[in-house]
Amino acid sequence: MKYRSAFDIIGPVMIGPSSSHTAGAARIGRVARTLFEKQPKKVIISLYGSFASTYKGHGTDLALVAGLLDFDTFDERIPNSLKIAMEQGMEVIFQTESAVPDHPNTVKLLLIDGDYEMEITGISIGGGTIEITEINSFKLKLSGDPAILVMHHDRFGVISTVTSVLAKHEINIGHMEVARKEKGDMAIMVIEVDQKIDEKVIKELKDLTHVKRVIRMVE
Amino acid sequence: MFRNVAELVGLAEKHQVKIAEIMIRQEVEVSGLSREEILQKMDNNLTVMENAVERGLNGVKSQTGLTGGDAVLLQNYISSGKALSGPLLLDAVSKAMATNEVNAAMGIICATPTAGSAGVVPGTLFAVKNKLNPSREEMIEYLFTAAAFGFVVANNASISGAAGGCQAEVGSAAGMAAAAIVEMAGGTPQQAAEAMAITLKNMLGLVCDPVAGLVEVPCVKRNAMGASNALTAADMALAGIKSRIPCDEVIGAMYAIGQTMPSALRETAGGGLAATPTGRRLEAEIFGEPKPRLKDYLA
Repeated sequence: MKYRSAFDIIGPVMIGPSSSHTAGAARIGRVARTLFEKQPKKVIISLYGSFASTYKGHGTDLALVAGLLDFDTFDERIPNSLKIAMEQGMEVIFQTESAVPDHPNTVKLLLIDGDYEMEITGISIGGGTIEITEINSFKLKLSGDPAILVMHHDRFGVISTVTSVLAKHEINIGHMEVARKEKGDMAIMVIEVDQKIDEKVIKELKDLTHVKRVIRMVE
Repeated sequence: MFRNVAELVGLAEKHQVKIAEIMIRQEVEVSGLSREEILQKMDNNLTVMENAVERGLNGVKSQTGLTGGDAVLLQNYISSGKALSGPLLLDAVSKAMATNEVNAAMGIICATPTAGSAGVVPGTLFAVKNKLNPSREEMIEYLFTAAAFGFVVANNASISGAAGGCQAEVGSAAGMAAAAIVEMAGGTPQQAAEAMAITLKNMLGLVCDPVAGLVEVPCVKRNAMGASNALTAADMALAGIKSRIPCDEVIGAMYAIGQTMPSALRETAGGGLAATPTGRRLEAEIFGEPKPRLKDYLA
């Protein structure tokens, strides 16, 4: 089910005017920042569908940037986010795309810091609920619930070593997805878990052979 | 976990509890939070709604000047004693508009289920409150009842204007409110479902056509009418009137209509009121981009 909580329906508490185009956009920006693990120096934001046609009226641009600045949906600084980004030295470029996306509220963010880049696609599915559908061309589904993202070399046994670490710490997996672009190249795991994951576990995962990066997603 | 309205009503009847209680129990199970934490979280949302209505009733104006002040106008009219349709109904309408006027002014609101439709549930709640004198707990339950019905719509159809039109936003909100009113007034779970069905049936096909893409025109007044629709349907259900089409099938119809609705009428400002001469003129005044698009009418 796409929606799991009563607070997906009655909520979020947010700055207006649109839950999908403002609050959802802020959440996508914030999740992108979490995935990037820091504030980007530059970001190129491509808007699709309804996002492209109505972003100005809904403050979608302000909200996406607010999320990238780590502001929550009810942060009263959202209306001033573009100015704050400029003050903090974050360059922002917006472009609207005419391609018809699978979901009407789609945005692609290219986060840049020097040589380090990450491309993230998110959709805002209504009422402030979002999904991340692509990271660096890996198709996946990340809802913003507690999860860990593991980027690793595509080798045999990596999945089992990662899940063994979780099992050792008695962490139960609720949902798991694996994806790769090409055989033997880079691969990605999205693991939704039922328990909180401490730093110790993350460190242990990071130290595993063939694991390149581990990102913890929290609500 | 309930998947549709029939299961939701069935659970409430089986356990002899309110629909609100079924939603609270499910939330405890899914979230891992305690019952107290969950009730507190909803209490906080209720406070946000109260503050938004209060702010709107003091008069707000959006940055564009397109909306604001109508909630106050209606309150003054109610006070004059000349109102034809009854003060409780108009109070709900006024408070629904108050919330959405605050939303349009980029103020803080609680999405119910969305920001564009955030007025209907609190507007009706704070109006029936004066008649039914609920406790704080009962007001929190009202929100859980609304959540339960919204949960079904969100998972089986849509609550997004971009995906399903305004019927998915204000339509869903009005249905949720109607069900919550019935439950607060002492109606049965089945009567709550009838109220939701009657309301949503009368919002089917409603398009999402915001002028200049702003959540202002016609959104504020759509919330007003959503609140009025919800109260009327709640009274009808409490009177014993049933929907010939079951609630779940109405939700299914709403989804199917959304699927076939042209993109121009799903939050793209490409058709409907957004594409009227006045809609386009306002858009040009606000964004300084004159966009004469006669073909919009044909979209």
